[in-house]
Amino acid sequence: MLELYQTSLRSRLLLGSARYSSPAVLGAAVRAAETQIVTVSLRREGAGERSGQGFWSLVRELGVRVLPNTAGCHSVKEAVTTAHMAREVFGTPWIKLEVIGEDDTLQPDVFALVEAAGILSTEGFEVFPYTTEDLVVAERLLSAGCRVLMPWGSPIGSGRGLNNLFGLRALRAHFPEVPLIIDAGIGVPSHAALALEQGFDAVLINTAVAQARDPVLMAQAFRQAVDAGRAAYMAGPIEARDVAQPSTPVIGTAFRG
Amino acid sequence: MRILVNSAWHEVRAGELAAALGELGYGERTVSTAVNGEFVAAGARAETPLNEGDRVEVLAPMQGG
Repeated sequence: MLELYQTSLRSRLLLGSARYSSPAVLGAAVRAAETQIVTVSLRREGAGERSGQGFWSLVRELGVRVLPNTAGCHSVKEAVTTAHMAREVFGTPWIKLEVIGEDDTLQPDVFALVEAAGILSTEGFEVFPYTTEDLVVAERLLSAGCRVLMPWGSPIGSGRGLNNLFGLRALRAHFPEVPLIIDAGIGVPSHAALALEQGFDAVLINTAVAQARDPVLMAQAFRQAVDAGRAAYMAGPIEARDVAQPSTPVIGTAFRG
Repeated sequence: MRILVNSAWHEVRAGELAAALGELGYGERTVSTAVNGEFVAAGARAETPLNEGDRVEVLAPMQGG
């Protein structure tokens, strides 16, 4: 079981709710993924609009936990205020803390992230910080009160998978007890399987499912990949070698000696 | 007075946030609010005075990654 802030979860696949062609497709993808956590957001809504209410009704009907994000925030102040607004609307202390520092890569501003994480943790939030694989930043986030980290695989929506596998492996090895969820950049199920094989606790997928030709089938594929990757990690993979090693026993081989 | 709601100017008669939201047509919907960048909890809206030129944010649930 996956433990996130004293919450036990069966599923190691978190699903984003954005960029689906329709609410019905989102619902079907959530069911196919068998996910228990869906990320959500807050946006400005005009007095004449009703889209936010409709979306929130749909999510509640799905019976999943929500993880609100602070997407689009570029400062500590914006992120902290958005987190408070999200806590009230969604009724959860969970917050996926994003403070964007660079618009081309959507790379987190890790300095602002650490500061905002400290403020929100003090105020009773359970913070899921969207961060990089940087070990020192991870240490600071934990010191600030975070009990879960969400390192990026590669830039959001890029589909490039685990861009710095060496760095991510170092992060995993350095913090063996901290739940680590790969957030951002996963493009295909094999990327997710690799993350789980490396010992990461879970993955968060959005674009790779929502923008697939068949999002529901892709959600199912990601579920299978996450299950396979986790099972492989638990089973203890063999070490890679540079030379061949016969798998068939050589003793008693015909025509030898 | 004129206030800025989600970056658009609106004329309101109400002097506090709860009444202004009603006047603007938000009614009983699930929204969260901030005034001049500071979060205002639903229970505190009626006691939150508005002044000319205040910046009000009204946010609602939305899809997110």
